[in-house]
Amino acid sequence: MQFFIEVLIGGLLSGVMYALVALGFVLIYKASGVFNFAQGAMVFFAALTFVGFQEVLPGWLGLEAGSNMVFWLAFLLAFIAMIVLGIATERIVLRPLVNQPHITLFMATIGLTYLVEGIAQMVWGANVRGLDLGIVDEPIAWLMDNYEIGVSKFDLFAAGVAASLVALLAILFQYTKVGRALRAVADDHQAALSIGIPLQTIWRVVWAVAGFVALVAGMIWGARNGVQFALTFTALKALPVLILGGFTSVPGAIVGGLIIGASEKLAEVYVGPMVGGGIEGWFPYMLALAFLLVRPEGLFGEKHIDRV
Amino acid sequence: MKLKHTILLGAAVAGLLGSAVASADEQFIGLPSYRVGPYASGGSGLFGGWIDYMQLINERDGGVNGVKLTWEECETEYNNARGVECYERLKKKGSTGNSVFQPVSTGITYSVLDKVAQDKIPMVTIGYGRTDAADGRVFPWVFPMITTYWSQASAIVNFMGQKEGGMDKLKGKKIGLLYHDSAYGKESHAIMDKLAAKHGFEVIKIAVAHPGNEQQSQWLQIRQAKPDYVVLWGWGVMNPTAIKAAAKTGFPREKLIGVWWSGAEEDTIPAGPAAKGFIAAGFNVAGANYPVVADIKKHVYGKNKGNMEDKARVGSVYYNRGVVHGIITVEAIRKAQEKYGKGKALTGEQVRWGFENLNLDDARLKALGATGFMPPLKITCADHEGPGKVKFQQWDGAQWKVITDWVDSDRPLVRGMIEESAAAYAKEKGIKPRDCSKES
Repeated sequence: MQFFIEVLIGGLLSGVMYALVALGFVLIYKASGVFNFAQGAMVFFAALTFVGFQEVLPGWLGLEAGSNMVFWLAFLLAFIAMIVLGIATERIVLRPLVNQPHITLFMATIGLTYLVEGIAQMVWGANVRGLDLGIVDEPIAWLMDNYEIGVSKFDLFAAGVAASLVALLAILFQYTKVGRALRAVADDHQAALSIGIPLQTIWRVVWAVAGFVALVAGMIWGARNGVQFALTFTALKALPVLILGGFTSVPGAIVGGLIIGASEKLAEVYVGPMVGGGIEGWFPYMLALAFLLVRPEGLFGEKHIDRV
Repeated sequence: MKLKHTILLGAAVAGLLGSAVASADEQFIGLPSYRVGPYASGGSGLFGGWIDYMQLINERDGGVNGVKLTWEECETEYNNARGVECYERLKKKGSTGNSVFQPVSTGITYSVLDKVAQDKIPMVTIGYGRTDAADGRVFPWVFPMITTYWSQASAIVNFMGQKEGGMDKLKGKKIGLLYHDSAYGKESHAIMDKLAAKHGFEVIKIAVAHPGNEQQSQWLQIRQAKPDYVVLWGWGVMNPTAIKAAAKTGFPREKLIGVWWSGAEEDTIPAGPAAKGFIAAGFNVAGANYPVVADIKKHVYGKNKGNMEDKARVGSVYYNRGVVHGIITVEAIRKAQEKYGKGKALTGEQVRWGFENLNLDDARLKALGATGFMPPLKITCADHEGPGKVKFQQWDGAQWKVITDWVDSDRPLVRGMIEESAAAYAKEKGIKPRDCSKES
């Protein structure tokens, strides 16, 4: 039982990490109906830009390497870079494609993926970097000593960050003017335009916020596995989360993440050995597929009804 | 329109002139490199070291007996389809065509296995590729040199035996095998099963699905099984993730033994302090204090002709692995020139003979400034592998430190498996193995 609980907790906490990436997809899909294939590349770009600035700032400004000043300046600059990337995407990729079918926009984001990956490596190089956020990835001693359950301090920290982000996004969506405009655009582009909501500004805001989410996700994943190209693969973990939670729901991303995280870990540990192991890669997709058959819009997604 | 035609004509003439000039006393080597994509960090180090070594030969020695080395990179992004495209693109380059193809990818190796024999271009796969190709009687065009995956697994078990105070002490032990769930990772299964049966230990195989950036459940299984050692048969992001997960579950890093694709700075630096104490096998070592690397610094970087953007990486594991690729390639060309004419550019078929008769003994390695840098290497018609030895290095938190001399593999056992597998392949493909007594 103890082991089961440990696997379950570990899975739930991993799920939060997936949800962090899934949030970026949800934001853009909610506001523009575009499935942003480039979200994984944005996570990589953001994290690489952050550590890149961390490396160069001490030399540029004569600051002490590893200091808090360097950290926050690098964070700010990386966020600005993500805003610039968001604005450029809206200007160069999305604006010329307004009123085009969604599949066209989706294809454009596939192109954007390769562009963003290439630019990131061209600017900052392909070296693998470590990233230290000052939170050790080791079990909480009290839980380990008393119950022999290993729960990582880092995973708890990541869960806290994800919860804060969701709260922040919920406030943004529910209680601000921009949030209301975002929801209006998400409901109906043309109706929103007709009442004077500037679609392009809203898209820019959404891409910037998605860039911020990508930066946070990139920093958390980068601190765990290193800042390297493999950060783009985090998107693969987010896809089943989105299918399960719904493409348009922020809480759905979190709940979907928890379900996917817990079920894939339990499956790997208890079913994996019977079938040769390594099922973690495809099991979440199988689960998502099964879920699609029952509830195509996901747990919290908006039900699509067409009048015929 | 007229201007466009003039430019195109000019470019074509310049290209023809260029290739005519380039063909005189030059040996072409095509490099299917990967400097972008998921594995770019390792690729840039490996190809940087390789190119720097060839540059050293040109700058310091004026080429191989006066034959300058030329090369061209073709980006594969570690992708099979692109690798085959690069093979085709490079094979006719240079006055004598591509003299050797080294794909640095097991996938690409399999994709061009039949092509190299048809095109008469030797394929050298150092530390990867098809293990049973070490039987040169069945695979005359393929050279999985220095050591193969099976030799490596055996050497790792021998190292564990050394640590325990004798191979008999392995009896009753548990060895975890955390492997990349791919053909590469599963290459370890057969040999580990044989070694387990021979020495009486238990192998606990645990698969990690690609890319391996999440290993919570695998390490919980390891914690439950309580193995004495864990072999990390990883690749890419799977490696730092495994090292960090080992730390998280309290598994001692000194008992976590990586293979050579798990034991570079690219694997330990992202893992941070968690990597301290981690041990890995290697057919080359890290370090810049070898005469061959010092010569590269002096003759290549001293003239601002170095390939590495980040000079601090000169002497890293991947960089030095590239230098080993360079040494083997150049020495095979040198050997082949002894037979086919010094100072001449050679065909792939002629260079193949050079590989098959390569003998880098202690004296030769000393002359090359590579004593201890790589193991002595002797290739024959039947044995395309060579020594099958590795050294073990331990990460001290900042750099790799060599902790053993060259550790042998169980040669009779490994060679037996290689011959058995190669014979089965020959039977399946209808290949008549060469009679090596008739080769000269």
